[in-house]
Amino acid sequence: MAGRYKSPLTHADVTPKAAWLNRRQIIAGAMAAGGASIASPALASLGARKTSYGSGLEPNTFEEITSYNNFYEFGVGKDDPAQNAGAMQTSPWSVVIDGMVDRPGTYSMDQILEGQTLEERIYRFRCVEAWSMVIPWVGFELADLLDRVGVQSGARYVAFETAVIPEVMPGVRRRVLDFPYVEGLRLDEAMHPLTIMATGIYDEPIPNQNGAPMRLVVPWKYGFKSIKSIVRITLTDSEPPTSWNKANAREYGFYSNVNPTVDHPRWSQATERRIGGGLFAARQETLMFNGYENEVAGLYEGMDLSVNY
Amino acid sequence: MLCLLFLRDRCLSACAGHWALRRMKPSQRINLALSRVPAWPLYIVGGLVPFWYLYLGLTGGLGVEPIEALEHRLGELALQGLIAGLAVTPLRNMTGVNLVKFRRAIGLVTFYFVTCHLLVWLVLDVQILSQIWADILKRPYITIGMIGFVLLIPLAVTSNNWSIRKLGPLKWRRLHQLGYAAAILGAVHWVMLAKGFQIEPLVYLGIVVLLLAMRVPKAVKRAVA
Repeated sequence: MAGRYKSPLTHADVTPKAAWLNRRQIIAGAMAAGGASIASPALASLGARKTSYGSGLEPNTFEEITSYNNFYEFGVGKDDPAQNAGAMQTSPWSVVIDGMVDRPGTYSMDQILEGQTLEERIYRFRCVEAWSMVIPWVGFELADLLDRVGVQSGARYVAFETAVIPEVMPGVRRRVLDFPYVEGLRLDEAMHPLTIMATGIYDEPIPNQNGAPMRLVVPWKYGFKSIKSIVRITLTDSEPPTSWNKANAREYGFYSNVNPTVDHPRWSQATERRIGGGLFAARQETLMFNGYENEVAGLYEGMDLSVNY
Repeated sequence: MLCLLFLRDRCLSACAGHWALRRMKPSQRINLALSRVPAWPLYIVGGLVPFWYLYLGLTGGLGVEPIEALEHRLGELALQGLIAGLAVTPLRNMTGVNLVKFRRAIGLVTFYFVTCHLLVWLVLDVQILSQIWADILKRPYITIGMIGFVLLIPLAVTSNNWSIRKLGPLKWRRLHQLGYAAAILGAVHWVMLAKGFQIEPLVYLGIVVLLLAMRVPKAVKRAVA
Protein backbone atom coordinates (compact mmCIF):
# COMPACT_ATOMS: atom_id res chain seq x y z
CA MET A 1 0.00 0.00 0.00
CA ALA A 2 1.36 3.37 -0.95
CA GLY A 3 1.84 6.06 1.65
CA ARG A 4 2.84 3.90 4.60
CA TYR A 5 6.24 5.48 5.01
CA LYS A 6 6.26 8.99 6.46
CA SER A 7 9.11 11.44 6.84
CA PRO A 8 9.63 15.13 7.48
CA LEU A 9 11.08 16.04 4.07
CA THR A 10 8.82 17.94 1.75
CA HIS A 11 8.83 18.16 -1.99
CA ALA A 12 10.19 21.67 -1.62
CA ASP A 13 13.52 20.07 -0.69
CA VAL A 14 13.93 18.57 -4.13
CA THR A 15 15.87 20.53 -6.70
CA PRO A 16 13.10 22.07 -8.81
CA LYS A 17 12.67 20.21 -12.05
CA ALA A 18 12.99 23.42 -14.02
CA ALA A 19 16.36 24.05 -12.43
CA TRP A 20 17.92 20.74 -13.30
CA LEU A 21 16.35 20.61 -16.73
CA ASN A 22 17.81 23.99 -17.38
CA ARG A 23 21.23 22.81 -16.29
CA ARG A 24 20.96 19.78 -18.49
CA GLN A 25 20.23 21.96 -21.50
CA ILE A 26 23.28 24.05 -20.77
CA ILE A 27 25.46 20.95 -20.48
CA ALA A 28 23.93 19.39 -23.59
CA GLY A 29 24.56 22.61 -25.47
CA ALA A 30 28.14 22.78 -24.28
CA MET A 31 28.74 19.18 -25.25
CA ALA A 32 27.18 19.65 -28.66
CA ALA A 33 29.41 22.65 -29.20
CA GLY A 34 32.38 20.52 -28.20
CA GLY A 35 31.59 17.97 -30.89
CA ALA A 36 30.11 15.40 -28.54
CA SER A 37 26.46 14.62 -28.20
CA ILE A 38 24.24 13.19 -25.52
CA ALA A 39 20.90 11.62 -26.00
CA SER A 40 18.21 13.97 -24.82
CA PRO A 41 15.66 11.80 -23.05
CA ALA A 42 12.02 12.26 -23.67
CA LEU A 43 10.71 14.46 -20.93
CA ALA A 44 7.67 12.35 -20.17
CA SER A 45 6.55 12.89 -16.63
CA LEU A 46 5.52 9.75 -14.75
CA GLY A 47 3.12 11.73 -12.60
CA ALA A 48 4.34 10.14 -9.41
CA ARG A 49 2.45 10.93 -6.24
CA LYS A 50 4.18 13.81 -4.49
CA THR A 51 5.04 12.66 -1.01
CA SER A 52 7.40 13.76 1.70
CA TYR A 53 10.30 11.36 1.95
CA GLY A 54 13.87 11.76 3.07
CA SER A 55 15.18 13.68 6.07
CA GLY A 56 16.45 17.09 5.21
CA LEU A 57 18.36 15.65 2.31
CA GLU A 58 19.41 17.50 -0.80
CA PRO A 59 19.10 15.21 -3.81
CA ASN A 60 21.90 14.85 -6.31
CA THR A 61 21.37 16.28 -9.77
CA PHE A 62 19.99 14.17 -12.59
CA GLU A 63 23.43 14.31 -14.27
CA GLU A 64 25.20 12.99 -11.20
CA ILE A 65 22.72 10.17 -10.69
CA THR A 66 22.81 9.11 -14.33
CA SER A 67 26.50 9.54 -15.21
CA TYR A 68 28.23 7.79 -12.29
CA ASN A 69 27.03 4.21 -12.09
CA ASN A 70 28.14 0.70 -11.31
CA PHE A 71 26.43 -1.65 -13.76
CA TYR A 72 29.18 -4.15 -14.58
CA GLU A 73 27.20 -5.71 -17.42
CA PHE A 74 28.00 -2.51 -19.31
CA GLY A 75 31.64 -2.18 -18.19
CA VAL A 76 33.56 -1.55 -15.00
CA GLY A 77 34.16 2.19 -15.52
CA LYS A 78 31.78 4.55 -13.76
CA ASP A 79 30.88 6.21 -17.08
CA ASP A 80 30.61 2.93 -19.03
CA PRO A 81 26.92 2.31 -18.19
CA ALA A 82 25.91 5.79 -19.35
CA GLN A 83 27.88 5.25 -22.55
CA ASN A 84 26.82 1.68 -23.33
CA ALA A 85 23.44 1.02 -21.74
CA GLY A 86 21.51 3.00 -24.33
CA ALA A 87 21.63 -0.01 -26.66
CA MET A 88 19.49 -2.11 -24.30
CA GLN A 89 15.87 -2.46 -25.40
CA THR A 90 13.61 -2.08 -22.38
CA SER A 91 10.28 -2.13 -24.14
CA PRO A 92 8.70 -4.61 -24.39
CA TRP A 93 9.97 -6.09 -21.10
CA SER A 94 8.64 -8.91 -19.06
CA VAL A 95 9.44 -10.34 -15.65
CA VAL A 96 9.09 -13.97 -14.68
CA ILE A 97 7.66 -14.31 -11.20
CA ASP A 98 7.89 -17.88 -9.96
CA GLY A 99 8.73 -20.15 -7.08
CA MET A 100 6.49 -20.19 -4.03
CA VAL A 101 3.76 -17.89 -5.30
CA ASP A 102 0.07 -18.50 -5.94
CA ARG A 103 0.04 -16.90 -9.40
CA PRO A 104 3.39 -17.62 -11.11
CA GLY A 105 3.89 -16.45 -14.65
CA THR A 106 5.50 -14.08 -17.09
CA TYR A 107 4.28 -10.58 -16.42
CA SER A 108 4.67 -7.68 -18.84
CA MET A 109 5.71 -4.32 -17.41
CA ASP A 110 2.20 -3.05 -18.12
CA GLN A 111 0.72 -5.85 -16.06
CA ILE A 112 3.19 -5.22 -13.24
CA LEU A 113 2.45 -1.50 -13.14
CA GLU A 114 -1.31 -1.85 -13.55
CA GLY A 115 -3.05 -0.39 -10.54
CA GLN A 116 0.19 0.49 -8.73
CA THR A 117 0.47 3.98 -7.29
CA LEU A 118 3.83 5.43 -8.24
CA GLU A 119 5.36 7.43 -5.43
CA GLU A 120 8.38 9.64 -5.14
CA ARG A 121 10.86 8.49 -2.49
CA ILE A 122 13.95 10.52 -1.72
CA TYR A 123 16.44 8.01 -0.34
CA ARG A 124 20.08 8.02 0.61
CA PHE A 125 22.07 5.66 -1.60
CA ARG A 126 25.31 4.31 -0.15
CA CYS A 127 27.67 2.34 -2.36
CA VAL A 128 29.92 -0.30 -0.76
CA GLU A 129 32.81 1.64 -2.36
CA ALA A 130 32.22 4.44 0.21
CA TRP A 131 30.53 7.01 -2.01
CA SER A 132 26.93 8.07 -1.73
CA MET A 133 24.12 10.03 -3.34
CA VAL A 134 20.61 11.15 -2.53
CA ILE A 135 18.16 10.01 -5.19
CA PRO A 136 14.53 10.98 -5.75
CA TRP A 137 13.28 7.57 -6.90
CA VAL A 138 9.87 6.95 -8.36
CA GLY A 139 8.40 3.54 -7.68
CA PHE A 140 6.07 1.35 -5.70
CA GLU A 141 6.49 -0.92 -2.73
CA LEU A 142 7.74 -4.41 -3.53
CA ALA A 143 5.24 -5.66 -0.95
CA ASP A 144 2.41 -4.50 -3.22
CA LEU A 145 3.73 -6.61 -6.09
CA LEU A 146 4.35 -9.64 -3.89
CA ASP A 147 0.87 -9.37 -2.37
CA ARG A 148 -0.62 -9.38 -5.83
CA VAL A 149 1.11 -12.59 -6.92
CA GLY A 150 0.38 -14.24 -3.59
CA VAL A 151 3.35 -15.33 -1.46
CA GLN A 152 2.90 -18.89 -0.20
CA SER A 153 3.28 -19.59 3.49
CA GLY A 154 6.56 -21.52 3.27
CA ALA A 155 8.42 -18.78 1.37
CA ARG A 156 11.19 -17.07 3.34
CA TYR A 157 13.37 -15.40 0.73
CA VAL A 158 13.04 -13.46 -2.52
CA ALA A 159 15.61 -13.98 -5.30
CA PHE A 160 16.12 -11.50 -8.13
CA GLU A 161 17.89 -11.76 -11.47
CA THR A 162 19.15 -9.12 -13.93
CA ALA A 163 18.78 -9.42 -17.69
CA VAL A 164 21.70 -10.89 -19.65
CA ILE A 165 21.94 -9.52 -23.19
CA PRO A 166 25.51 -10.21 -24.35
CA GLU A 167 25.04 -8.34 -27.66
CA VAL A 168 24.65 -5.04 -25.83
CA MET A 169 26.54 -5.88 -22.62
CA PRO A 170 30.33 -5.80 -23.07
CA GLY A 171 30.91 -6.63 -19.39
CA VAL A 172 28.97 -9.88 -19.79
CA ARG A 173 31.20 -10.89 -22.67
CA ARG A 174 34.29 -10.15 -20.53
CA ARG A 175 32.94 -12.22 -17.60
CA VAL A 176 33.69 -9.59 -14.99
CA LEU A 177 31.28 -11.46 -12.72
CA ASP A 178 29.41 -14.76 -12.97
CA PHE A 179 26.41 -13.40 -14.89
CA PRO A 180 23.43 -13.21 -14.69
CA TYR A 181 23.69 -10.88 -11.73
CA VAL A 182 21.59 -12.27 -8.90
CA GLU A 183 20.52 -10.81 -5.59
CA GLY A 184 18.26 -11.73 -2.73
CA LEU A 185 16.41 -10.50 0.33
CA ARG A 186 14.84 -12.14 3.32
CA LEU A 187 11.06 -12.02 2.93
CA ASP A 188 10.61 -9.57 5.81
CA GLU A 189 13.19 -7.25 4.22
CA ALA A 190 11.40 -7.53 0.88
CA MET A 191 8.03 -6.75 2.49
CA HIS A 192 9.37 -3.74 4.41
CA PRO A 193 7.66 -0.49 3.37
CA LEU A 194 11.02 1.14 2.61
CA THR A 195 11.79 -1.50 -0.04
CA ILE A 196 10.61 -0.35 -3.44
CA MET A 197 10.70 -1.28 -7.09
CA ALA A 198 11.89 1.87 -8.85
CA THR A 199 10.79 2.77 -12.35
CA GLY A 200 11.76 6.42 -12.37
CA ILE A 201 14.09 9.15 -11.16
CA TYR A 202 13.05 12.80 -10.84
CA ASP A 203 9.59 11.80 -12.09
CA GLU A 204 11.04 10.58 -15.39
CA PRO A 205 11.36 6.99 -16.63
CA ILE A 206 14.48 5.47 -15.11
CA PRO A 207 17.44 5.64 -17.55
CA ASN A 208 18.95 2.33 -18.69
CA GLN A 209 22.21 2.91 -16.79
CA ASN A 210 20.22 3.13 -13.56
CA GLY A 211 18.41 -0.16 -14.16
CA ALA A 212 15.52 0.36 -16.57
CA PRO A 213 12.78 -0.55 -16.77
CA MET A 214 12.54 -1.68 -13.14
CA ARG A 215 15.03 -2.11 -10.34
CA LEU A 216 15.05 -2.86 -6.66
CA VAL A 217 15.89 -0.13 -4.12
CA VAL A 218 16.72 -1.15 -0.56
CA PRO A 219 18.00 2.08 0.98
CA TRP A 220 19.54 0.65 4.16
CA LYS A 221 21.76 -1.78 2.28
CA TYR A 222 24.84 -1.20 0.12
CA GLY A 223 23.93 -0.25 -3.42
CA PHE A 224 24.86 -3.56 -5.03
CA LYS A 225 21.89 -5.20 -3.26
CA SER A 226 19.56 -2.93 -5.24
CA ILE A 227 19.61 -5.09 -8.36
CA LYS A 228 18.92 -3.49 -11.73
CA SER A 229 16.92 -4.34 -14.87
CA ILE A 230 15.09 -7.24 -13.23
CA VAL A 231 13.82 -10.13 -15.37
CA ARG A 232 13.04 -12.70 -12.67
CA ILE A 233 11.68 -12.71 -9.15
CA THR A 234 11.59 -16.06 -7.35
CA LEU A 235 10.16 -16.82 -3.92
CA THR A 236 12.09 -19.56 -2.14
CA ASP A 237 12.44 -21.21 1.25
CA SER A 238 16.24 -21.08 1.31
CA GLU A 239 18.77 -18.22 1.15
CA PRO A 240 19.42 -17.53 -2.54
CA PRO A 241 22.94 -17.05 -3.93
CA THR A 242 24.01 -13.43 -4.51
CA SER A 243 26.55 -12.33 -7.12
CA TRP A 244 29.11 -10.44 -5.06
CA ASN A 245 28.96 -13.03 -2.32
CA LYS A 246 29.74 -15.69 -4.93
CA ALA A 247 32.63 -13.58 -6.26
CA ASN A 248 34.13 -12.88 -2.83
CA ALA A 249 32.33 -14.20 0.24
CA ARG A 250 34.83 -12.68 2.66
CA GLU A 251 34.08 -9.18 1.41
CA TYR A 252 30.37 -9.29 0.58
CA GLY A 253 27.81 -10.98 2.80
CA PHE A 254 24.18 -11.81 2.09
CA TYR A 255 22.86 -8.99 4.27
CA SER A 256 25.25 -6.17 3.31
CA ASN A 257 23.50 -3.66 5.52
CA VAL A 258 25.17 -0.26 5.61
CA ASN A 259 27.19 -0.39 8.82
CA PRO A 260 29.95 2.10 9.70
CA THR A 261 31.33 -0.21 12.38
CA VAL A 262 31.95 -3.21 10.09
CA ASP A 263 34.70 -2.42 7.60
CA HIS A 264 35.07 -3.87 4.16
CA PRO A 265 38.33 -5.87 4.34
CA ARG A 266 39.96 -3.49 1.86
CA TRP A 267 38.60 -0.15 3.05
CA SER A 268 36.87 1.56 5.93
CA GLN A 269 33.10 1.98 5.90
CA ALA A 270 33.11 4.61 8.66
CA THR A 271 32.86 7.54 6.26
CA GLU A 272 31.59 8.24 2.78
CA ARG A 273 31.89 10.89 0.12
CA ARG A 274 28.70 12.38 -1.20
CA ILE A 275 28.95 12.72 -4.97
CA GLY A 276 28.68 16.27 -6.23
CA GLY A 277 31.08 18.05 -3.86
CA GLY A 278 33.76 18.40 -6.52
CA LEU A 279 37.49 18.12 -6.01
CA PHE A 280 37.44 19.29 -2.40
CA ALA A 281 34.40 17.37 -1.14
CA ALA A 282 34.71 16.53 2.55
CA ARG A 283 33.98 13.03 3.78
CA GLN A 284 30.98 12.60 6.01
CA GLU A 285 30.15 9.99 8.61
CA THR A 286 28.26 6.96 7.42
CA LEU A 287 25.04 6.36 9.34
CA MET A 288 23.98 3.02 10.80
CA PHE A 289 21.64 1.32 8.32
CA ASN A 290 22.32 4.35 6.11
CA GLY A 291 20.17 6.50 8.40
CA TYR A 292 17.19 4.13 8.44
CA GLU A 293 18.00 2.58 11.81
CA ASN A 294 14.66 3.49 13.40
CA GLU A 295 12.76 1.80 10.60
CA VAL A 296 14.79 -1.38 10.07
CA ALA A 297 16.94 -2.19 13.12
CA GLY A 298 14.12 -4.42 14.40
CA LEU A 299 14.59 -6.76 11.45
CA TYR A 300 18.00 -7.77 12.78
CA GLU A 301 17.30 -7.98 16.49
CA GLY A 302 19.52 -10.56 18.17
CA MET A 303 21.76 -10.95 15.14
CA ASP A 304 25.51 -10.35 15.32
CA LEU A 305 25.95 -7.86 12.48
CA SER A 306 29.72 -8.34 12.33
CA VAL A 307 29.10 -12.01 11.52
CA ASN A 308 26.03 -11.43 9.34
CA TYR A 309 27.65 -8.61 7.35
CA MET B 1 90.34 25.63 -61.17
CA LEU B 2 90.63 25.87 -57.44
CA CYS B 3 86.99 26.58 -57.32
CA LEU B 4 86.17 23.44 -59.27
CA LEU B 5 88.35 21.30 -57.04
CA PHE B 6 86.58 22.65 -54.02
CA LEU B 7 83.21 21.84 -55.52
CA ARG B 8 84.30 18.31 -56.32
CA ASP B 9 85.48 17.89 -52.75
CA ARG B 10 82.19 19.06 -51.31
CA CYS B 11 80.33 16.73 -53.60
CA LEU B 12 82.44 13.72 -52.65
CA SER B 13 82.07 14.30 -48.93
CA ALA B 14 78.33 14.79 -49.27
CA CYS B 15 78.07 11.56 -51.26
CA ALA B 16 80.13 9.73 -48.65
CA GLY B 17 77.85 11.05 -45.89
CA HIS B 18 74.80 9.93 -47.77
CA TRP B 19 76.35 6.55 -48.44
CA ALA B 20 77.16 6.09 -44.75
CA LEU B 21 73.62 6.99 -43.77
CA ARG B 22 72.26 4.45 -46.23
CA ARG B 23 74.47 1.74 -44.79
CA MET B 24 73.09 2.43 -41.28
CA LYS B 25 70.65 0.02 -39.69
CA PRO B 26 67.21 1.48 -38.94
CA SER B 27 68.00 1.42 -35.21
CA GLN B 28 71.18 3.41 -35.80
CA ARG B 29 69.25 5.91 -37.84
CA ILE B 30 66.71 6.23 -35.02
CA ASN B 31 69.53 6.65 -32.50
CA LEU B 32 71.09 9.33 -34.67
CA ALA B 33 67.80 11.18 -34.86
CA LEU B 34 67.28 10.79 -31.11
CA SER B 35 70.72 12.17 -30.38
CA ARG B 36 69.38 15.55 -31.49
CA VAL B 37 66.31 15.31 -29.19
CA PRO B 38 66.93 16.71 -25.73
CA ALA B 39 65.48 15.03 -22.61
CA TRP B 40 64.41 18.21 -20.85
CA PRO B 41 60.99 18.56 -22.57
CA LEU B 42 59.97 15.35 -20.77
CA TYR B 43 60.28 17.19 -17.45
CA ILE B 44 58.11 20.04 -18.66
CA VAL B 45 55.40 17.88 -20.24
CA GLY B 46 55.45 15.40 -17.36
CA GLY B 47 55.40 18.21 -14.83
CA LEU B 48 52.34 19.79 -16.40
CA VAL B 49 50.22 16.64 -16.85
CA PRO B 50 48.97 16.45 -13.22
CA PHE B 51 48.10 20.14 -13.37
CA TRP B 52 46.14 19.50 -16.54
CA TYR B 53 44.18 16.78 -14.74
CA LEU B 54 43.70 19.08 -11.77
CA TYR B 55 42.30 21.69 -14.12
CA LEU B 56 39.97 19.08 -15.68
CA GLY B 57 38.87 18.04 -12.20
CA LEU B 58 38.06 21.62 -11.23
CA THR B 59 36.09 22.30 -14.40
CA GLY B 60 34.01 19.10 -14.56
CA GLY B 61 36.19 17.35 -17.13
CA LEU B 62 36.71 14.34 -14.86
CA GLY B 63 33.04 13.62 -14.26
CA VAL B 64 30.97 13.99 -11.10
CA GLU B 65 33.53 12.26 -8.84
CA PRO B 66 36.78 14.05 -9.74
CA ILE B 67 38.73 12.91 -6.66
CA GLU B 68 38.54 9.22 -7.54
CA ALA B 69 39.14 9.98 -11.23
CA LEU B 70 42.21 12.13 -10.49
CA GLU B 71 43.60 9.51 -8.13
CA HIS B 72 43.17 6.71 -10.64
CA ARG B 73 44.53 8.62 -13.60
CA LEU B 74 47.67 9.60 -11.71
CA GLY B 75 48.12 6.04 -10.50
CA GLU B 76 47.80 4.70 -14.02
CA LEU B 77 50.24 7.32 -15.33
CA ALA B 78 52.74 6.30 -12.65
CA LEU B 79 52.43 2.67 -13.65
CA GLN B 80 52.88 3.58 -17.30
CA GLY B 81 56.01 5.54 -16.34
CA LEU B 82 57.43 2.58 -14.43
CA ILE B 83 56.79 0.37 -17.45
CA ALA B 84 58.42 2.89 -19.80
CA GLY B 85 61.50 2.98 -17.56
CA LEU B 86 61.68 -0.81 -17.43
CA ALA B 87 61.30 -1.06 -21.21
CA VAL B 88 64.47 0.91 -22.02
CA THR B 89 66.95 -1.93 -21.53
CA PRO B 90 64.99 -4.73 -23.27
CA LEU B 91 64.27 -2.36 -26.16
CA ARG B 92 67.98 -1.70 -26.61
CA ASN B 93 68.87 -5.38 -26.34
CA MET B 94 66.24 -6.47 -28.82
CA THR B 95 66.21 -3.66 -31.38
CA GLY B 96 69.31 -1.62 -30.75
CA VAL B 97 67.23 1.51 -30.18
CA ASN B 98 68.84 3.33 -27.30
CA LEU B 99 66.66 5.49 -25.05
CA VAL B 100 69.02 5.45 -22.08
CA LYS B 101 69.52 9.20 -22.21
CA PHE B 102 65.81 9.67 -21.49
CA ARG B 103 65.64 7.17 -18.67
CA ARG B 104 66.53 9.58 -15.88
CA ALA B 105 63.77 11.93 -16.98
CA ILE B 106 61.32 9.02 -17.26
CA GLY B 107 62.24 7.86 -13.76
CA LEU B 108 62.02 11.25 -12.11
CA VAL B 109 58.75 12.17 -13.82
CA THR B 110 57.35 8.78 -12.77
CA PHE B 111 58.34 9.43 -9.17
CA TYR B 112 56.59 12.77 -9.43
CA PHE B 113 53.40 11.03 -10.70
CA VAL B 114 53.54 8.53 -7.83
CA THR B 115 53.96 11.42 -5.37
CA CYS B 116 50.98 13.27 -6.86
CA HIS B 117 48.90 10.07 -6.72
CA LEU B 118 49.81 9.68 -3.05
CA LEU B 119 49.06 13.33 -2.29
CA VAL B 120 45.61 13.11 -3.88
CA TRP B 121 44.90 10.03 -1.78
CA LEU B 122 46.11 11.75 1.42
CA VAL B 123 44.71 15.23 0.98
CA LEU B 124 41.63 14.88 -1.20
CA ASP B 125 40.50 11.27 -0.73
CA VAL B 126 41.03 9.99 2.81
CA GLN B 127 41.51 13.42 4.45
CA ILE B 128 41.43 12.07 7.99
CA LEU B 129 44.92 11.64 9.48
CA SER B 130 44.05 8.79 11.86
CA GLN B 131 42.35 6.91 9.04
CA ILE B 132 45.35 7.38 6.73
CA TRP B 133 47.64 5.68 9.21
CA ALA B 134 45.10 2.94 9.94
CA ASP B 135 44.70 2.31 6.22
CA ILE B 136 48.45 2.05 5.62
CA LEU B 137 48.77 -0.58 8.33
CA LYS B 138 45.47 -2.39 7.91
CA ARG B 139 44.80 -2.52 4.16
CA PRO B 140 47.25 -4.75 2.29
CA TYR B 141 46.83 -2.99 -1.05
CA ILE B 142 47.66 0.34 0.55
CA THR B 143 50.59 -1.15 2.49
CA ILE B 144 51.95 -2.54 -0.76
CA GLY B 145 51.48 0.72 -2.65
CA MET B 146 53.16 2.59 0.17
CA ILE B 147 56.17 0.23 0.19
CA GLY B 148 56.48 0.75 -3.56
CA PHE B 149 56.56 4.51 -3.04
CA VAL B 150 59.16 4.28 -0.27
CA LEU B 151 61.39 2.09 -2.47
CA LEU B 152 61.35 4.79 -5.13
CA ILE B 153 62.58 7.56 -2.80
CA PRO B 154 66.29 6.56 -2.82
CA LEU B 155 66.08 6.16 -6.60
CA ALA B 156 64.74 9.66 -7.07
CA VAL B 157 67.32 11.10 -4.66
CA THR B 158 70.23 9.45 -6.50
CA SER B 159 69.06 10.22 -10.03
CA ASN B 160 71.92 12.65 -10.71
CA ASN B 161 75.51 12.46 -11.96
CA TRP B 162 76.99 13.34 -8.59
CA SER B 163 75.33 10.31 -6.96
CA ILE B 164 76.54 7.98 -9.70
CA ARG B 165 80.10 9.20 -9.15
CA LYS B 166 79.75 9.02 -5.39
CA LEU B 167 78.27 5.51 -5.31
CA GLY B 168 80.19 4.11 -8.24
CA PRO B 169 78.29 2.65 -11.22
CA LEU B 170 78.02 -0.86 -9.81
CA LYS B 171 76.53 0.13 -6.48
CA TRP B 172 74.33 2.73 -8.16
CA ARG B 173 72.96 0.19 -10.62
CA ARG B 174 72.26 -2.29 -7.86
CA LEU B 175 70.42 0.37 -5.87
CA HIS B 176 68.31 1.25 -8.89
CA GLN B 177 67.20 -2.34 -9.26
CA LEU B 178 64.77 -1.44 -6.46
CA GLY B 179 62.72 -0.09 -9.35
CA TYR B 180 61.96 -3.70 -10.33
CA ALA B 181 60.32 -4.34 -6.98
CA ALA B 182 58.51 -1.00 -7.06
CA ALA B 183 56.99 -1.78 -10.47
CA ILE B 184 55.78 -5.19 -9.30
CA LEU B 185 54.31 -3.67 -6.13
CA GLY B 186 52.63 -0.88 -8.09
CA ALA B 187 50.96 -3.32 -10.46
CA VAL B 188 49.93 -5.68 -7.64
CA HIS B 189 48.53 -2.65 -5.77
CA TRP B 190 46.09 -2.09 -8.63
CA VAL B 191 45.24 -5.78 -9.10
CA MET B 192 44.39 -5.99 -5.40
CA LEU B 193 41.98 -3.08 -5.35
CA ALA B 194 40.01 -4.12 -8.43
CA LYS B 195 36.52 -5.51 -7.85
CA GLY B 196 35.46 -8.62 -9.75
CA PHE B 197 37.53 -10.02 -12.62
CA GLN B 198 39.08 -7.02 -14.35
CA ILE B 199 41.46 -7.38 -17.29
CA GLU B 200 43.23 -4.01 -17.30
CA PRO B 201 45.22 -4.26 -14.05
CA LEU B 202 46.19 -7.83 -14.92
CA VAL B 203 47.50 -6.66 -18.30
CA TYR B 204 49.70 -4.08 -16.55
CA LEU B 205 51.02 -6.70 -14.13
CA GLY B 206 51.67 -9.04 -17.06
CA ILE B 207 53.70 -6.38 -18.90
CA VAL B 208 55.80 -5.65 -15.81
CA VAL B 209 56.50 -9.34 -15.25
CA LEU B 210 57.39 -9.77 -18.93
CA LEU B 211 59.80 -6.82 -18.90
CA LEU B 212 61.51 -8.22 -15.82
CA ALA B 213 61.61 -11.77 -17.23
CA MET B 214 63.44 -10.45 -20.31
CA ARG B 215 66.33 -9.51 -18.03
CA VAL B 216 66.72 -12.97 -16.57
CA PRO B 217 68.87 -14.65 -19.30
CA LYS B 218 71.49 -11.90 -19.14
CA ALA B 219 71.54 -11.93 -15.35
CA VAL B 220 72.03 -15.69 -15.36
CA LYS B 221 74.89 -15.36 -17.87
CA ARG B 222 76.52 -12.72 -15.68
CA ALA B 223 76.18 -14.89 -12.61
CA VAL B 224 77.74 -17.87 -14.39
CA ALA B 225 80.63 -15.87 -15.84
